[in-house]
Amino acid sequence: MAKKSFRQAINEALAMEMRRDPTVILMGEDVAGGMGAAGEDDAWGGPLGVTKGLMPEFGRDRVLDTPISESAFVGAAAGAAATGLRPVAELMFVDFMGVCLDQIFNQAGKFRYMFGGKAVTPMVVRTMYGAGFRAASQHSQCLYPVFTHMPGLKVAIPSSPYEAKGLLIQAIRDDDPVIFFEHKVMYDDEEEVPDEAYTIPFGEANLTREGDDVTIVAIGRMVQFANQVADKLEGEGIGCTVVDPRTTSPLDEDTILECVEDTGRLVIVDEASPRCNIATDISALVSERAFSALKAPIRMVTPPHTPVPFAAELEDLYIPGPEQIEEAVRSVMGAQA
Amino acid sequence: MSDAAAPVSGGAIQAITMPKWGLAMEEGKVSAWMAEEGAAIESGEEILEIETTKITNVFESPIAGTLRRRVVAEGETVPVGALLGVAAGADTPDAEIEAFIADFQANFVVEAADTADAPEAEAITVAGRALSHLRMGPEDGGAIVLVHGFGGDLNGWLFNQPVLAETQRVYAMDLPGHGRAEKAVGGLDVAALAALLADYMAAVGTGPAHLVGHSMGGAVALKLALDNPDLVQRLTLLAPAGLGRELNVDYVRGFAEAERRKEIKSLLQQLFADPELVSRDMVNEVQKYKRLDGVNAALRTLADTLFPDGHQALVMKDRLESLAMPVQVIWGDEDSIVPPAHAEGLPANVRLQILEKIGHMPQMEAAGEVNRLIAEFGS
Repeated sequence: MAKKSFRQAINEALAMEMRRDPTVILMGEDVAGGMGAAGEDDAWGGPLGVTKGLMPEFGRDRVLDTPISESAFVGAAAGAAATGLRPVAELMFVDFMGVCLDQIFNQAGKFRYMFGGKAVTPMVVRTMYGAGFRAASQHSQCLYPVFTHMPGLKVAIPSSPYEAKGLLIQAIRDDDPVIFFEHKVMYDDEEEVPDEAYTIPFGEANLTREGDDVTIVAIGRMVQFANQVADKLEGEGIGCTVVDPRTTSPLDEDTILECVEDTGRLVIVDEASPRCNIATDISALVSERAFSALKAPIRMVTPPHTPVPFAAELEDLYIPGPEQIEEAVRSVMGAQA
Repeated sequence: MSDAAAPVSGGAIQAITMPKWGLAMEEGKVSAWMAEEGAAIESGEEILEIETTKITNVFESPIAGTLRRRVVAEGETVPVGALLGVAAGADTPDAEIEAFIADFQANFVVEAADTADAPEAEAITVAGRALSHLRMGPEDGGAIVLVHGFGGDLNGWLFNQPVLAETQRVYAMDLPGHGRAEKAVGGLDVAALAALLADYMAAVGTGPAHLVGHSMGGAVALKLALDNPDLVQRLTLLAPAGLGRELNVDYVRGFAEAERRKEIKSLLQQLFADPELVSRDMVNEVQKYKRLDGVNAALRTLADTLFPDGHQALVMKDRLESLAMPVQVIWGDEDSIVPPAHAEGLPANVRLQILEKIGHMPQMEAAGEVNRLIAEFGS
């Protein structure tokens, strides 16, 4: 089995599904690049090269460069999905959701419900999220809580290359609209990824570490930091279970509750802004359903409630990191850091 | 890191080091010492329990002597090859022991995880089918071919293949529907799998070999021995299918259908007498395998073909007698998948080994014992 990057894993998932199913199409800004111009074909493959090579294999009929008009092409994807295709639309940065949100949550997200199950909307919106790319406030947010809030949408947030390939293939084969979040600083992360197609079902959390003392629920890129902390503290005799929910909608509530019941302590790590994010949602879940298992107050590790700063020093301070997670774990263990 | 150290005279100071169980193992945790400092230890005696991310297993001393020092304490994790303990004569001065330890530690270098010469599984096409196999061991010498069971793959021999390969050419392969082999299994019954195994042996040039088959792979190996005895010099059957009608069909069906990690974990625990042996990594690897396109369908098809109406379709027990090559059957007495009762009334030409308090996976749960039985039998 070869090591592959997060970028390659996503590219491979798209290519394999396009080979398997002729109704799968891609659309977005510069997903190929060069359309209608005299310059190079497949010039870009998306802003970070994720879709590079797909246009030469599948042609312009299936890999569509769109104008800079999210409301138009995301709406077109929703319509295409409702009428028989499986579009994968690339919303370059999730920060741009504001100009195409009606198409996603009020149209695509409600077709199945409002048409009494007679319509399905097998649409995927791939989108980049997250801070750390020096891309300033309008290109650095983690807006998955917004989509998690909206019934009718599924939300997948892969934490590694293996996860990305399996979750994306699942997303493409899923008959409901899926918002697929790719952290922009993870594209060069590498791990072993099977060459074959495989699917990771939605709504089943992954335990990336197992320990007896503290449950750390972490989202997306934060899973790596939680793993680092768990590995470090294991040497000191503090056992951490790290839960990667994989999808925030549907959410694997049972696994989270069981882990908290086993360990009695909970730290939640979420890169999204702290009010009404996934950490508050899971905190509420555990407070309501597993309160009596808790030996210490729940700790949430999140950024501050501010726009993502552009100054590098401030951006680094903004992003939750291993130090804050370690401090939170120590605090729920009763030792003030 | 040889497990096959020669017996030594009383006085020599000898290192006991962290073994390498499987290609992926980089480190191990000493979960328990089973021998006291000052105790006499025999070669082959269980002296340690070592936990890896894959499985916890007992470690048998490769050497004889007096255990003079436990260098690594219980609960400590150290890399492969690290010094775990020191054995020597009872009368060797402490100062010499200390000097030996100091010298070892000063010169110890952690092996690179991916050494260039580490053998790797390779893709191979046999009779038009895309399979995968792993060859280990010297260029020539006797050949051993390992055949996994239903839902297994060549990695399941991680405790056996490297040890047996110290003296023999050892081949392990993935049958269709398993591991990295293609997932098309239509029309494959035990006879067809045995024919494919023969084609595989011809393709890689094993020559006549000692065949070792586990569970479903045992039935395949036995069928090959019956159909093509010239290819099979010796036959070792581990908890084999093919010797009786019954098997735990709930396990087989459950394994084919399971998707959630909890279901998979509880199924895997049925394979072992000690369910604690099933680690998170073992569950994860099975889950990753089962997520591949076509795997669950392949397992269902195989189960329908091999075990229609919940029973084994092919029973060959009454034909064992006709085999001219040496045959041994190894079974754990707590096997809850294929009943060890199938080993009752075997003909006189079959050597039977019943292992106590061992489940359906003797090659993992009693790796040292099984390796010894295979190696002895093959020489």
